[in-house]
Amino acid sequence: MEGPRPMSQVSTEPDLLYTEEEEALRAAVRDLLTDRCAAADVITRSESATPYDPELWKALAAGMGLAGLLVPEDRGGQGATHREAAVVLEELGRAVAPVPYLTSAVVATEALLACEGPAADELLAALASGRTVGVLAVALNIGPGAAHRAVRLENGSLHGELTGIADAAAADVLLVPAEDGGLYAVDADAVTVVPQVSLDQTRPLARITFEAAQARPLTTDAAGAVRRALRAGAGLLASEQLGIAEHSLTETVRYLKERKQFNRPVGGFQALKHRLAQVWLEVVGVRAAARNAADALATADADGYVAVAVAQAYAAPVAVHAAEEALQLHGGIGMTWEHPAHLYLKRAKADSIAYGTAGAHREALAELVDLQAP
Amino acid sequence: MTDAAELRRRTQELLAAHPPGETERLDFLKARFDAGLAWVHYPEGLGGLGAPRRLQAVVDAELAAAGAPDNDPRRIGIGLGMAAPTILGFGTEEQKRRFLRPLWVGEEVWCQLFSEPGAGSDLAALGTRAVRTDGEGGDWVVNGQKVWTSSAHLARWAILIARTDPDVPKHRGITYFICDMTDPGVDVRPLRQITGEAEFNEVFLTDVRIPDAHRLGEVGDGWKVAQTTLMNERVSIGGMRIPREGGMIGPVAKTWRERPELRTHDTHQRLLRLWVESEVARLSGERLRQQLALGQPGHEGAGMKLGFARLNQEISGLEVELLGEEGLLYEDWTMRRPELVDFTGRDAGYRYLRSKGNSIEGGTSEVLLNIVAERVLGLPSEPRTDKDVAWKDLAR
Repeated sequence: MEGPRPMSQVSTEPDLLYTEEEEALRAAVRDLLTDRCAAADVITRSESATPYDPELWKALAAGMGLAGLLVPEDRGGQGATHREAAVVLEELGRAVAPVPYLTSAVVATEALLACEGPAADELLAALASGRTVGVLAVALNIGPGAAHRAVRLENGSLHGELTGIADAAAADVLLVPAEDGGLYAVDADAVTVVPQVSLDQTRPLARITFEAAQARPLTTDAAGAVRRALRAGAGLLASEQLGIAEHSLTETVRYLKERKQFNRPVGGFQALKHRLAQVWLEVVGVRAAARNAADALATADADGYVAVAVAQAYAAPVAVHAAEEALQLHGGIGMTWEHPAHLYLKRAKADSIAYGTAGAHREALAELVDLQAP
Repeated sequence: MTDAAELRRRTQELLAAHPPGETERLDFLKARFDAGLAWVHYPEGLGGLGAPRRLQAVVDAELAAAGAPDNDPRRIGIGLGMAAPTILGFGTEEQKRRFLRPLWVGEEVWCQLFSEPGAGSDLAALGTRAVRTDGEGGDWVVNGQKVWTSSAHLARWAILIARTDPDVPKHRGITYFICDMTDPGVDVRPLRQITGEAEFNEVFLTDVRIPDAHRLGEVGDGWKVAQTTLMNERVSIGGMRIPREGGMIGPVAKTWRERPELRTHDTHQRLLRLWVESEVARLSGERLRQQLALGQPGHEGAGMKLGFARLNQEISGLEVELLGEEGLLYEDWTMRRPELVDFTGRDAGYRYLRSKGNSIEGGTSEVLLNIVAERVLGLPSEPRTDKDVAWKDLAR
């Protein structure tokens, strides 16, 4: 089983750029989101009974085949890598799209890739097709390697309660760690899913109650599967954060070029220019770190744990900073419900807790690169 | 077209004709220059072969493998990085032939007389005057003061910008010269810094006579010529690949690992944060390098220096604090005039003090933030009151 290695070496040079195919993929996803995921609609939808956009999900996941990027072709997927999935996530972040891509096509899919047997294979193919949404039943704030909760297994059925499960309300199937150390598949209609009021309305959390829910075993090593899944989730979350930060910066620059105060464009004032230049510098860093993490995951690099921890420790605060600056520099309009700045701030702040905080990832690095605590 | 194989062949020919073990260092370097293997992208006869710039690596690798001497680019960095491309771009044939060869082999060291006490970030406001004697084609007489001049005490030549017309707006009245540092009117005085060292100099110019043949570019075109120099100064970033912990974070991480008794919770948090930022800065540099290699120059280079300046200052500040009682001491306050600048050399106190210059030298962080905001993000510039005003009428 793969696991963290202390003081990993930088082996081969990572490819930190985008290939032509990746740029083409980006353009296709961006076109779709421009047409089908306007910010005003996302705001309206976030207050409705269905915060997810099933039509958008269908177009992305099944129509474009993006749900199966991480799944090999012989197991029903597209046989692409984390590099391509990262590009998709950049665009989804840029649009704060209300679809369960990260949770189903990345995290749940990675958990299943760590499993063996017909039940896992069948589910993997179903997730890859995009017709089934799967969610790993681990609270969103848990990072790779951190302790998570499990439910009780009795006579092949699950009993108990889990909270903070992202996208559970959109799920057809849940991948559930049980106290016996195994991972089980449970159909969503066999449990009670109650939405929790969430800071990020575009990736809401839910409480799941298991009352003798029928469970199909996927692997006896839930810990390994969960760690792999959360590592990929944390690594690729940096690309979503890149999208959020980049969008926040671009929109703010555009607004400050147009908006006039004191008889000139607000963007001409040095005090504001320097703040935007600072955000740009941080975005440049996030792009390098996020590409490095995606490349390390794609090439199963031994340095992968370091790459993921560096990306999360850096990207999370930058996305929050960019979204906060966007809000402040938009002035009064930035504080309103109708302007989408709040969608980005809420997503950025929730993302800064998702799959481990920056602090948790720094603590992980202390072990990985031998900078031990006192 | 000169390709890699052809360059390898020429390099082997050079090595055969001048075996490094049996050839004087300077003789070898001269032969290398004459063979067009100094900088292969320069024209024939001027140290090059008109080959693609990236092929220089082929030559360098062959020569390094053969143990050939190098031309010590650190000592002659200003000549190679700034004077040479400017002379190549704007010099006359005579100037190119006279100056490039001794510059490249290191026989003649160059310095740069740009900055002035009264014109820092506003470089074009400079006040050093050059007045022409006996009309067209006559010598120029230069008076003024320059500052922050590295290597001035070692230099044979300087690139100099001076004001030749005070009656036009500041960017238009400047002319670019090559100044002979042995002229009796040139007075070089060490400028001692907070580190105790005198790494830079002040240069006083009193009735320095410069022949018109040492003018670079047209009269009044000096600002345009200087842009070439300054652009080449910034191009040097991003070329080098550095390993993890290759920068200022390296010595601190080493101290942390070797001396557990110094560790505290506060310094641990700060160290981890700075370690992450150093790694991200390294990856950003690597990404820039990959873009440049593909011929896709990004704007990221403008930001690299900003990031490194802040990181160097924060890391070296942490290092002094981490060392506790030892951090209260300083290695040596003796005034010296180092030939080379080594940011990470010597002890933590030196690194802390020297890094204060990183956000000032080569463009202050404030000016670089303006460049990012205006050229990368396209934000408008601040209103300017100096654009159409003659230099002599500007507030000083």
